[in-house]
This record gives sequence, structure tokens and C-alpha cells, in this order.
Amino acid sequence: MTALAALLVRDMRLAVRVGGGALIGVLFFLIVVTLTPFAIGPDLALLARIGPAILWLGALLANLLALDRLIAMDHEDGSLDLILMARAPLELALAAKALAHWLTTGLPLVIAAPLLGLLLNLDPAATGAVALTLLAGTPALTFIGLIGAALTVALRRGGLLLAILVLPLTIPVLIFGVAASNAAIVGPVPFGAPFSILCALTLTSLAIGPFAAAVAVRQGLD
Amino acid sequence: MDLGPHAAFIVTAYAAAIVIVAGLIVWVIADRRHLARALDELDAQGIARRSQGASKEKP
Amino acid sequence: MPVIDYANPSRFVALADRVLPWLMGATLLAFALGIWSAYLAPDDYQQGATVKIMFIHVPAAWLGTFGWVLMSAAALGTLVWRHPLADVAAKAAAPIGAAFTLMCLVTGSLWGRPMWGTYWVWDARLTSVLVLFIMYLGVIALWRTIEEPARAAKVVAVLTLVGAINIPIIKFSVDWWNTLHQPASVLRLGGSTIHPTILLPLITALVAFTLLFLTLHLAAMRNEIMRRRVRTMLMMQADARA
Repeated sequence: MTALAALLVRDMRLAVRVGGGALIGVLFFLIVVTLTPFAIGPDLALLARIGPAILWLGALLANLLALDRLIAMDHEDGSLDLILMARAPLELALAAKALAHWLTTGLPLVIAAPLLGLLLNLDPAATGAVALTLLAGTPALTFIGLIGAALTVALRRGGLLLAILVLPLTIPVLIFGVAASNAAIVGPVPFGAPFSILCALTLTSLAIGPFAAAVAVRQGLD
Repeated sequence: MDLGPHAAFIVTAYAAAIVIVAGLIVWVIADRRHLARALDELDAQGIARRSQGASKEKP
Repeated sequence: MPVIDYANPSRFVALADRVLPWLMGATLLAFALGIWSAYLAPDDYQQGATVKIMFIHVPAAWLGTFGWVLMSAAALGTLVWRHPLADVAAKAAAPIGAAFTLMCLVTGSLWGRPMWGTYWVWDARLTSVLVLFIMYLGVIALWRTIEEPARAAKVVAVLTLVGAINIPIIKFSVDWWNTLHQPASVLRLGGSTIHPTILLPLITALVAFTLLFLTLHLAAMRNEIMRRRVRTMLMMQADARA
């Protein structure tokens, strides 16, 4: 097994076994979706109309909260130094970690979304659209979050700062994710246009994220 | 000068601009005073910067 | 910790000491000219006297984005060339750029209320300028959170360059999404669409505010160099006592 694949498997194992992993993110997602009717009121028509937005916001926040598991955890126990000293390029190592993070945090959110869509009275077409956009967009959230996690790696209480740095960068993903969902449900605008842009954002973040994160990690640990 | 029916908005906008610019100027000046004073105190204690040669420090 | 050679910053401080009085004089002169021409500028046939808000709103918007461009150039200087003054330039620019972005939002909001009927609307340009302001605050927070200046500079440089994507979004947002904020009327292909009696005071205001930015920035850079000296001396003091 190559080093990168080993890193991927290790991260996934840690995410599943140690706390703060996959199911906790889904639980937080569930709580956020549950909270919204308390704030907005139980009007089902209203919930159905803003359902895609609530699901996207919940997924975004759940993803954000799991980001400190991405790099900071390894920094605390010294594994990050080992990764830096290894032969595999840091960019690829971080990309592998981000992939593991998405598989164990982002993907469960995508799977949970249709079930939560039921709570928000979304019809099957809407639910499908939201799940598809989340599938396309959550990798972007993870890889943009990778940059934020790298920037705050050496800070002791960097959690809130991480959120402040990452959220503005994820706004375009949110905009086009919800736009694509709504386009599939309501709109005269075809689904394809915002969805393509969403995919483009994901691909861009996959390309840029690991490089920006590697620079930030190297500089931050100097 | 007659500023028309929306005079209050124009005046408030200019006042906000003045407040913000004044705030920046005050910040830069106050920061400089504070730092100059700190540098003087440290100089008085005999600490020299590396480029000025060896440092002697009064206990 | 890598020992920082202070020779270059010392020369810079000497240069700043000589240049600043002239910059301050030029700024005051430009503002005097600007205020006088703004006073004389005619009312717009549609907007009346509120068009005078443009003379502070547009320069503020320009400086807010210019500040981030300046920080991005400094970020490249830090990451690529390791220039010590680049760190100082970036850190000094952040609060100034943030303040002008705030001025842009506030004056724009006060202009929007009589003209559009609302203090705020989520159109593309307003939203992206608000995001710019939040990113400025994030940069300032990051500067303050990482203690060692050289390390902080590199981390902030990465964040600045990643956030620079917002600048073209701000500039072209009014062209890409046709919502509420008016489209480009000064810097556009085919020349400006503003009448000279209002364009000239606007350009004077832009020049005056830019000189103000440069003056403040130079002075803030000088302060930042002093701040690092103080920090180094305090550390030497602590070392000597230990």
C-alpha cells in the first residue's frame, strides 16, 4: 500500500473510531435542521420553500465544525511533523487527508440530507436536487476548509478564527449550491448553469486547496 | 448651501467619513507616541539593538 | 528564531521621516481642492444634492479594494522574495483598508436610503464588499493571533492571496449580475459616462483620498517597524535577565 493510501486509511479509521467523526457531524446537521422550525415556525409550505437553503447551511456549519480534526489533531500529537518529514509531497498528503475528511464527514451529510429533507417537507425532486448539489459541493467545502485549517494549525484556540477565515471563502459554493437546488425545483433558470459553476468551484478548490494549505502549514510551523 | 430634501443623509455620510478618517489619524499618531515612549524607556535601560553592537543592561 | 537584519528597515524609516511631511502637505492641498470643487459641483438632475455623497463613497470603495491589492502584492513579496518590508507593508495596510471599506458601506447605505428606498440590499456588489470587510477583519484577527511577526506574515500572506479572488468579483459584479447597484461609469471601455462637472471633483477626491491612504500607510509602516524593534528589545531584555 502506498504511503498516501495508508494516510487515507489511517485518517478514515481515526475519524470513525475517535470522537468528532462521521456520526457526530450528521447529528449536528440533524440538530440544526430541527432548530429551524423552532425559529421560523412550523409552516410546512414555508419550510419547503427554504428547505434547500436550510439543508445547505446545516451542511456548511457541520462541515466547518469538523475541520479542527483535519490538521490540528495531527499537530497536537506530533504526526504532522512526521508527515512533513516523509517522502510524499506535503500537498498530496494534505489532499489525501482532505479526501479522507470528506469521505467521513461530507459524504455522510450528503447521505443524511434526503432524510432531513423529509423533516422539511421537501418533495422527492427537491430532495434529489439538494442531495446532488451537496454531493458536488461538499468537497469544495472540505478543500476550502483545508486552507483555513492550515492557516490556523499552530494556534491553540483557533476554532472561531478558523470559522471567520473559512466562511467568506465558502459563500460562492453556498450561493450556487442553493441556486442549483432552487433551479431544479422552481426556476425558469435551468439546473445546468449553476450546477456547472458549482462543479467548477469544487474542481478549483481541489486544485488550489492542497497547494495553499501546504504553503500555510510550512510557514505556520516554522 | 441648499442640500435639498435629503440633507440629513448627506450630512450624516460626510460626518461618518470624517469620523472614520479622524479615527485612522488618531490611531496612527497615538500608536507612534506609545511606541516612541517604549523605545525611549528601553534605550534608557541601556538595551541596544543588535545593529548597534553589544548590549549592556542595568539590573 | 531567524535574526532579522534591521539595516533595511532603518533606511526605510529614515526615508519615511523625510517623505512624510511632503505627503502630508500634498494630501492637505488635495483635500482643500477637493472640498472646494465638491462644494461647487452642481446637483444631479435626478439625484439632487445627494450626488455629493459620491465624492466620498467612490474613493472609499476604490481604497478598500486598493488596500487588498496592496496587501496581495506585499504577500507575494513575503512568500516569493522574503522581503522584510513586505511584511510590514501588509500589516500596516490591513486596518486602513478595513476602515475605508467600512466607510464605503456606511456612505453607500446612507446614499441608498434616499435613492433606492432601502439602507441595504443583497445585490452582488454590496454583498461582495461586505465579504471584503469581513475578510479584512479576519486578516487583522490572524495578525493579532500569531505572536511571532515573521511567521504571522507568511500565514497572512497565504490568506490574502486566497482572498484576492474577491477583488475581480467586486469590480465586475455590477456587469455580471444586473441588480440594483449602478454599473461601472468611470473605468470602462468607451470612456466615462459622467459629466465633467461632476467627474472632475470626483477625480480630485480620488486623488486626495489616495494621497491620504499613502500617508497613513507610510506612517503606519514606520510605527510597525518601531513596534518590532520594541519587541526585539524586550526579548533581549528578558534574555539578559534570565
